[in-house]
Amino acid sequence: MTRYTSATPDDRQEMLDAIGVSAVDELFEQIPEPLRLDHPLALPDGLSEAEVYERLAALADRNADAETQVCFVGAGMYDHYVPAIVDAITSRSEFLTPYTPYQPEISQGGLQVMFEFQTAMSELTGLPVSNAGLYEGPSSVASAGYLAIGATKRRRFVVSRGVHPHSRETLRTYSVGYGAEVVEVGLEGGLTDAAALAEAVDGETAAVFLQSPNFLGAVEDVEALGAAAKEQGALLIVACDPMTLGILKPPGECGADIALGEGQPLGNRLDFGGPSFGFFCATEAQIRRMPGRIAGETEDVDGRRGFVLALQTREQHIRREKATNNICTAQALNALGAMVHLAWLGRQGFRELGELLVRRTAYARQRLAAVDGVELLHEAPVAREFAVRLEAPVDRVLDRLAERGIAAGYPLGRNYPEFEDGLLVAITERRTKAQIDELAEALGAAIAAERGGPAGEGAVEAEIVEGVA
Amino acid sequence: MALTETPMQAETAQTIFEKSKRGRRAAALPATEVPERPLAELIPENLLRGEPPRLPEIAEPEIVRHYNRLSRRNFDLDTGFYPLGSCTMKHNPRLNERVAALPGHARLHPAQDPRRAQGALELMWLLQESLSEICGLPHVSLQPSAGSHGELAGLLLTRAYHADRGEERTKVLAPDTSHGTNPASVTMAGYEVVKVATNERGGVEMDDLRAKLGENEGEVACLMLTNPNTLGVFDEHIAEIASLIHEAGGTLYYDGANLNAVMGHSRPGDMGFDIVHVNLHKSFSQPHGGGGPGAGPIAVSDRIEPYLPKPQVVRHESSNGHGPSFDLDFDRPKSIGRLRGFQGNFGVFVRSYAYILSLGGDGLAEASETAVLNANYLKARLAEGRAGERLPIAFDRHCMHEFVLSGKPMKRELGLATLDLAKRLLDFGFHPPTVYFPLLVDEALMVEPTETETKESLDGFAEAVEKILTEAEDKPDLAQNAPYTTPVRRLDEVKATRQPVVRQKLD
Repeated sequence: MTRYTSATPDDRQEMLDAIGVSAVDELFEQIPEPLRLDHPLALPDGLSEAEVYERLAALADRNADAETQVCFVGAGMYDHYVPAIVDAITSRSEFLTPYTPYQPEISQGGLQVMFEFQTAMSELTGLPVSNAGLYEGPSSVASAGYLAIGATKRRRFVVSRGVHPHSRETLRTYSVGYGAEVVEVGLEGGLTDAAALAEAVDGETAAVFLQSPNFLGAVEDVEALGAAAKEQGALLIVACDPMTLGILKPPGECGADIALGEGQPLGNRLDFGGPSFGFFCATEAQIRRMPGRIAGETEDVDGRRGFVLALQTREQHIRREKATNNICTAQALNALGAMVHLAWLGRQGFRELGELLVRRTAYARQRLAAVDGVELLHEAPVAREFAVRLEAPVDRVLDRLAERGIAAGYPLGRNYPEFEDGLLVAITERRTKAQIDELAEALGAAIAAERGGPAGEGAVEAEIVEGVA
Repeated sequence: MALTETPMQAETAQTIFEKSKRGRRAAALPATEVPERPLAELIPENLLRGEPPRLPEIAEPEIVRHYNRLSRRNFDLDTGFYPLGSCTMKHNPRLNERVAALPGHARLHPAQDPRRAQGALELMWLLQESLSEICGLPHVSLQPSAGSHGELAGLLLTRAYHADRGEERTKVLAPDTSHGTNPASVTMAGYEVVKVATNERGGVEMDDLRAKLGENEGEVACLMLTNPNTLGVFDEHIAEIASLIHEAGGTLYYDGANLNAVMGHSRPGDMGFDIVHVNLHKSFSQPHGGGGPGAGPIAVSDRIEPYLPKPQVVRHESSNGHGPSFDLDFDRPKSIGRLRGFQGNFGVFVRSYAYILSLGGDGLAEASETAVLNANYLKARLAEGRAGERLPIAFDRHCMHEFVLSGKPMKRELGLATLDLAKRLLDFGFHPPTVYFPLLVDEALMVEPTETETKESLDGFAEAVEKILTEAEDKPDLAQNAPYTTPVRRLDEVKATRQPVVRQKLD
């Protein structure tokens, strides 16, 4: 068993004497007797460190991760290379183990990182105000909805079906609570249906939600789509992939009131979905309605430059039921990872990475479209992810590719019944030309085998059935 | 006090953007390998960015140096005692970091087919089972990202539960000692807060509770409670509170911020709670990271289960002699839906599960026992000497894992506000306790030592408080102007709010 306590029997006795009780049990007597647990918890006995390691390593071994599979799966989280300095810096005790910087005099490191992070995110999104981070992407979208209700006193959201399905679902969940109607606008050729959007936005609309690149990978014309929101006095809320902001026009230049998104591609590992962070940037007009922590620059009594948590009067610990949000987590460590990654990429590297993604994605898209049994799901411009249709059952094709060590993409049928045959393929700088070529070849072979019917493919069939359990 | 600048104070803070110089860089990217077509051929020009974002231009050695130097401007738990009340600053085992970083965890894509993520799903299921046992409630969702997210989940579950019964309720009760997140979550969930008073023993004022239930008959959806509460005392009336709320048709919500006091000793489910959130970053050792990440799983009773967020991790027994298998269940027609993307903060689950495996059931009980022992010992030490007079305990009884002192006499007799004491403690190398919370106590100081502190640390802290109170008898300005040794001294927080500067101006 492992223990992280240090009281010896002598310590205990001295402490009990000082308290004036004869046993620790007496301290627990304030719990009414019937509510005191009269048996040990039904949990296994504690283990040594080595045993815990082995136990968890054995569990980890039963996952097909991006180290053992070539990962073309994206859908909001991407297998980017996280530079070694990110791990080195985020694992420092001084960043890893403090609490929220409530005592700024001894938290200047963390506060300055927040300030730098805010600067970087403002720069990326083209909006002047950034917070220090939220939980993750989809709940940031829901928090933007709450802000929009406060800003417009309206309770109707118009949401493109190109917004990440998890974001749309989370927005709906929250909307039941704070009371808002969610209206969805469909896609046309991979892009938000502009006419349907313009029709859906009315004088009661609090916000229009877009995503670019959208869930199908297509780059939206945010500026043109957003005009409908502007005309009706609704906020324009744009979810974006931070990795594309080196090359795509930033939301702030497209009329967005709020730009937000999932921050994982910046300096955070996949971690089966978290922890990561959400970023949230807005116009000056929204600064006092922002959710989450915000660091601000100030001075100490001697005139030294310093940083503090600013605008705390928005927050729950001061404002309680009138707070702009209940959140008190900034995902500070994850945001630090992002800041270090961005500094490492730098002004040139960040843009070059964006260009690399666009070019390799274009190559992959062209390569896959040439495969017999594969066609493009849409022909709209894309940045780092694209959608195709397969002329064979997607799940069976994915199983065949998994056999070859390839995670070929995200099956769109999970969220879009209209794209039951759809596959979303994501590219990062880790996906080489050779891997893309192999994907194309393997995809072709798998589709051909499926078209040939399961006959003669008994081995694969049996394995798939067993795996499903 | 010498006012000579320390070397760190003499150093002016410079951001990484200010250290940038055109043309420098760190990253080398892989070769493109594919045709280098002009971007405008691939994406319409009007959707492309003009100038790249003005990120810093700086070489790797200087990035490392910048953040290492910044890190030294932080105080952290690995450096010293951090008795921040309600935050449970216990040791963060490094084993947990090691196992979370295994590629099978760290590089696992969240959309991986469940058949190829069996280890991850089994780990989540095992953590669910463990939390269920610790909380005494049969069902767990790991999805909420933090305590406040768990609160919002609990309130949305309450709404769904009542709606399913054809009821619409509008009010949520919360004691005046509750965490600020409680009322904030109530508003976000579309309810109205009704405050309940605290009695002279620090618990819920039962007459006031009955009165509020009476005044709002048929309207009360939920009571949110922390037990032990934010005063560090266990509410003896909890069984009666539970039956009153249940008779009134409401749900009883447990804010698990203080679970570290009772693990293996008492269970919220047995107390009558319907919904509990657990802060994995408090009781279950996930590092706080300077303000996140954490996770706030919820445990619920049978009647709440149908509404849990989706997906849920489920276990299927095998019929053909193989071991059990695990899956994500999306087919939950009464579910409140998603609270976030994918499955939750899995990396946090790995760390907390490793912690539970390390300690075991008996170890968790021992941890709570020692947390309570340490808190009561420090309380006893602070009841001696000057601290006992100037900083009396707000509710004089045995505490659980934390206690609240009142700086009212200190302020009256020495002219020292609680904030002054907190700032002076920084010069002694301690992180101060939580200050000015709970709001109910004048000049409050909320102290939570946790089980991983030694007796020597507790003694050191008590001695520092005594010394500060002693020096203040002659020289109150010493504390009033503290701190002196920190990288910066007292900061103008008002200015930062009135004229907010929230980013670096770039050329």
